[in-house]
Amino acid sequence: MSNTPFPGQEAAALPPRALASHFHDLSQQKAAHDLGLWIFLATEILFFGGLFAAYLVYALLHPGPFFEAAAETEIVIGTINTAILLTSGLTAALAVKAAGQNRHDAVLLLIGITILLGLAFLAAKGYEYWLDIHHHLYPTSPDFPLDAPAAKLFWSLYWVMTGLHAVHMTVGLGVWAVIWEMARRRSFSLSDNSRVRIAGLYWAFVDLMWLFLWPLLYLAGRAG
Amino acid sequence: MSDIPFRDVDLEEDEAGESTAEANYLEERFSLWSWLTTTDHKRIGILYLISTTFFFFIGGAAAVLIRLELFTPAGDLLTDDGYNKVFTLHGVVMVWFFLVPVIPSVLGNFLIPLMLGAKDLAFPKLNLASWYLNIIGGGFAVWAMLAGGVDTGWTFYTPYSTAFANSHVSLTAIGVFISGFSTIATGVNMIVTVHTMRPAGMGWFRMPLFVWAIYATSLIMLLSTPVLAIVLTLLVTERLLGLGIFNPEYGGDPILFQHLFWFYSHPAVYIMILPGMGVVTEVITCFARRRVFGYKAMVYALLAIAVIGFFVWGHHMFTSGQSMYASLTFSFLSFIVAVPSAIKVFNWTATLYRGQITFEASMLYAMGFVGLFTMGGLTGLFLASVPVDLHMHDTYFVVAHFHYIMVGGMVSAFFAGLHFWWPKITGRMYPETAARIAAMLMFFGFNLTFFPQFILGNIGMPRRYHAYPDEFQVWHVLSSAGAVILAAAYLMPLFYLGWSLIWGRKAGRNPWRAHGLEWQTTSPPPKHNFLTNPDVSGDVYAYHPRRNPRDE
Repeated sequence: MSNTPFPGQEAAALPPRALASHFHDLSQQKAAHDLGLWIFLATEILFFGGLFAAYLVYALLHPGPFFEAAAETEIVIGTINTAILLTSGLTAALAVKAAGQNRHDAVLLLIGITILLGLAFLAAKGYEYWLDIHHHLYPTSPDFPLDAPAAKLFWSLYWVMTGLHAVHMTVGLGVWAVIWEMARRRSFSLSDNSRVRIAGLYWAFVDLMWLFLWPLLYLAGRAG
Repeated sequence: MSDIPFRDVDLEEDEAGESTAEANYLEERFSLWSWLTTTDHKRIGILYLISTTFFFFIGGAAAVLIRLELFTPAGDLLTDDGYNKVFTLHGVVMVWFFLVPVIPSVLGNFLIPLMLGAKDLAFPKLNLASWYLNIIGGGFAVWAMLAGGVDTGWTFYTPYSTAFANSHVSLTAIGVFISGFSTIATGVNMIVTVHTMRPAGMGWFRMPLFVWAIYATSLIMLLSTPVLAIVLTLLVTERLLGLGIFNPEYGGDPILFQHLFWFYSHPAVYIMILPGMGVVTEVITCFARRRVFGYKAMVYALLAIAVIGFFVWGHHMFTSGQSMYASLTFSFLSFIVAVPSAIKVFNWTATLYRGQITFEASMLYAMGFVGLFTMGGLTGLFLASVPVDLHMHDTYFVVAHFHYIMVGGMVSAFFAGLHFWWPKITGRMYPETAARIAAMLMFFGFNLTFFPQFILGNIGMPRRYHAYPDEFQVWHVLSSAGAVILAAAYLMPLFYLGWSLIWGRKAGRNPWRAHGLEWQTTSPPPKHNFLTNPDVSGDVYAYHPRRNPRDE
């Protein structure tokens, strides 16, 4: 929070595009943007929380068939994707760091790598979906390979959870693409603006969600 | 920033110099396009006022059909199927497109920046986007209605909604899902604004209680709405893609749907009452000319209701077959909500004590709120008790109970706030006598409509039936007669408030001699809200000296 109610005079000295007119100064604007995204991420956790709750309930109700079904997922692709996504998390974090230091070329390069890694993830995920469909691993398939009815519960959750994660990835890639293009045109000040940091925060959330999905969907049912 | 002149003028300087300084927000630009692309929180508040009024009358028309059908015991006006669709429409539209947005997005939008001495909400573009999301969501709901309607009830219970209903469930669910984004956007905006845009000198415990109420409401919106979003997503994927999270054939549990749904929808009930509490506090303290009694207790009560509200959802499921121990825990926690609610009612009453009370229209609405909310709250205790609920579940007793809270409470509070801040919003005074008559008509019409429903429920009338045995008819006739009065009371403000826009007396800055920063600027306020620094040194409720020996 700023210390003076209307310090318009000193704010007027800043470049016009950096500060929106309803904020007093950059620190207030930065605080508002950061808080806004953190709160949004809290809502996202609740959103995925409903899915985790459903997973927990059904894993407890039908442990046998549920984990038997989990053993059918493509663990190699899932694990490679985990590595890809974590690496993209690193480049995103480095991009945020570089933006804070106003290192323009480094930001462009790091965001570019992040986008490519994200696309690689989605491509691998798409191939995995193709394999899943090929193996009839969807609940409405007449040739669904597993006998226990609860296996279909697992596979329903698999499709919803990974699908919603992929939607979030796509949104994140769109955000990165817009920021990359804006940064290339130098249409905003890297260090005065929250854009890169906020996109990085969102990307970290998408990363983090996958770190929960990977053990739940790929590792479960394979121990012992 | 620099276009605002910083003049050092006495706050009492009124009318005379107003028009010269800066055009007010209504006269700044006139085109329709300027309204549809505005990021001014005040104009967005007006957009929300128009859209919520539109949805209120759609939901109201459905209510009229329901009351007409129930006038006679036979199902003669609507088919059973048609009746199901009408009450579903009534519930969906009233809950998600009227009650949830009405106070936070209309009055909250308009007032929060003004009350905090700020120029706008933290995210003005997001604010405009939230309005578009709200009307797009509402558009889907109306589209579903025109395409043939939905018959699941507003609760969308599975497996009926997933496996059996042939109506437009997915379309409606998508509409509600989209409007959820709108709710979340509003909640983010309000919370960030309160956190980051308070002026120096206005600490947390010097904020107006309306701001606190919107803050508490926003917390609930943010933490509950995503759960509704996911449960609706699962519902739609189950209908459209054949996935089966709640499908009993796969061992899925429809009760899980109820848990997730009520995890949202019970807190949502508090989304539909806390903002009303905030409005009523501002109105009562002004027209009693007294400081709010127990300011801090009022704040903590709001927060307590918001927090405890997350742990009571199971009281909607006493008859669902959930564990008896779960029911008892939920029952106990539901009783606990009565404590902060009672703190609020007692503090409103204590605020009136030794006040110089005047009965302006908004005060009449506010007093109506206190009485009706108390009735609704106390009957809620009946339903929180497991043995009574087993008898009352899904009867008209429940219908009467939640209408006392939502219509008697929230709608009265909305009208109280709309009348109280109408001079600020439009710069005009409405005809006071007409408004007082409307306020009293609403109170009597409301009680005549819904009190008989308590009796109906108690003698066994189930909800959601379009035909009933003859012996219930007298109560249904009374209820329908009350609905006619209520409808008249809702239509009246449309006329006299509309009249006031053109012929109303100019209001001046502060027609009610109220405190609070919003009354320090002109009516209607200029685009950037304040021409001069608002004076935040005063106490927001300084209606009487804090240390007055005669008061001790």
